[in-house]
Amino acid sequence: MATKHLMRLDLIFKNERDTADILKKVMTKSNNDIINELISSGLKGRGGAGFPTGLKWKLTADEVSDEKYIICNADEGEPGTFKDREILVRVPDKVWTGMAACAKIIGAKEGFIYLRGEYDFLKKELLKSIDEFHLLLDELNFPFRINIFSGSGAYICGEESALFESMQGDRGEPRNKPPFPTQKGYRNKPTVINNVETLAHTYSIFKYGVDIFRDLGVQDSRGSKVFSVSGDTPIPGIYELEFGMTLQRFVEDFGDGDAKAVQVGGASGFCVPRKKFEKTIIGYQGKLTGTSLPTGGSMMIFNSSRSMYNVLHNYLEFFVEESCGQCTPCRVGTQQLLLGIEKVKRGELPSGYLDKLLDLAETMRITAKCGLGQSVANSFSSIVENFKEEMIY
Amino acid sequence: MSDVKQIVHNLTNQYGKSVESLLPILQNIMEINHVITEEAMIEVARELDISAAEVFGTATFYSFLNTSKPYGKYIIRVCKTITCMMHGKNQIIEEIELMLKIKPGETTHDRLFTLLETNCLGQCHQGPAMLINDTPYTQLTPSKVRDIINSYLVLEVSNY
Ligand SMILES: Cc1cc2nc3c(=O)[nH]c(=O)nc-3n(C[C@H](O)[C@H](O)[C@H](O)COP(=O)(O)O)c2cc1C
Ligand code: SF4
Repeated sequence: MATKHLMRLDLIFKNERDTADILKKVMTKSNNDIINELISSGLKGRGGAGFPTGLKWKLTADEVSDEKYIICNADEGEPGTFKDREILVRVPDKVWTGMAACAKIIGAKEGFIYLRGEYDFLKKELLKSIDEFHLLLDELNFPFRINIFSGSGAYICGEESALFESMQGDRGEPRNKPPFPTQKGYRNKPTVINNVETLAHTYSIFKYGVDIFRDLGVQDSRGSKVFSVSGDTPIPGIYELEFGMTLQRFVEDFGDGDAKAVQVGGASGFCVPRKKFEKTIIGYQGKLTGTSLPTGGSMMIFNSSRSMYNVLHNYLEFFVEESCGQCTPCRVGTQQLLLGIEKVKRGELPSGYLDKLLDLAETMRITAKCGLGQSVANSFSSIVENFKEEMIY
Repeated sequence: MSDVKQIVHNLTNQYGKSVESLLPILQNIMEINHVITEEAMIEVARELDISAAEVFGTATFYSFLNTSKPYGKYIIRVCKTITCMMHGKNQIIEEIELMLKIKPGETTHDRLFTLLETNCLGQCHQGPAMLINDTPYTQLTPSKVRDIINSYLVLEVSNY
């Protein structure tokens, strides 16, 4: 579908069936060269936190250990994202190639895909594709195997340390950090965990070279990004776009002409009202990309017929259900935020109570143990502050 | 050996007796029995040589594992996250309620269907969406959902 302003890119989904060649090319390069390429490409993790991928691989390579792992995070549970599935369906080889390259660099013999239970229907095709990929590895005499581990319907298991716990047979409860996965991850061994899209981008970098990737985007936000566009849009779907666009441009291309807000980054992301579209840039810089903001690529558009109270209510219900319950600020905080906005809406509490709830959300940001509890304030504060009347009347 | 014991025994042979097999084993019990009973949990604990409390802890954590009343053969999970909601999820639920005479959380008397609501299925661009067991259905309308459920009913009748 044509877009008016934004250039649509075709790096990730272009399928030229050259996996064998690219894999061979990577396997004959030195580890240092690959790491340097990744670092100078500016690639940052596409799963949320935006950590530089080359550096993550280097840190894990530098650890001394008899066992190391590479894990592909395909938990994709953030409301509004569905791009990882599309990548796994259309270009799985690119993801496997990224994993093999990482395995070579860090010295891993085994890798896993943590596939959310909701995507179990993909498993058969993925296993077939993995089997074929294993043959390529055998031809190159590279001893590395990829397995699939299925999740069981828990959003929190997308958080890296909860994911390791889950794979180890435990409740998906996040660990304290440090130590970080690069030091102690799966089975307490040094582990690289990357989002599906991040791994697919490494393939583009290996294939097209650093410059093509680096020339896309803006300072600190290099390359392209796959966005999942949904809500009030005539053209919902998956789009690979350049980093650095303003939300105004985005809405002009994707909105239905009546957009009043865009939720960037899913339930744990930020709500941007119409008057701030022009000033908001999508990328890792600026307010929108504080360290904990998941820039996972979820873009939900709401037009003026939508109640932002209902939107927030829906997000809070989501957090209440998905909080692992391990720490009090998040377990109790999410419930109190939900109860609080319901009571204000029904007129049982004065509108000034919203300020107390805003304080509570900020307290959660500081005191919660993991990114789930810490980021509830993102959507809560940005919706309540920008749409206060809708919360009250 | 009781049925459950046999099932657990076979699964531990298949997946191995390490605690890392716990989740896959529980997922399989769920698929076979549509519930993980106390008996099953104790048996898994015995086979893996871990405490029953640990098995219970894990089994009760995940929304796809069910430790209460047995679910039906077909588990319908309708996405209730915002975009599916905006595109008419409630009408889909109402249609299913009308057809199967159950509310979310309930199972039909013949233990064929359980209706549940679930968080984001990752089908937001083609909502409303639902899963029946592992199979996703998207861009649902009340009449489409009626056809889908009827196709399962037909399948059941022809299996007799
Ligand atoms: C609550 C929560 C859920 C998350 N879910 C996902 C997810 O579904 N997929 C993902 O790739 N990363 C998810 N993350 C981020 C991961 O913890 C981790 O940062 C990421 O997988 C690292 O990969 P990257 O460096 O390639 O982005 C989540 C984080 C939090 C706090
Ligand atoms: S912040 Fe929430 S999800 Fe994270 S550890 Fe605490 S209770 Fe669990």
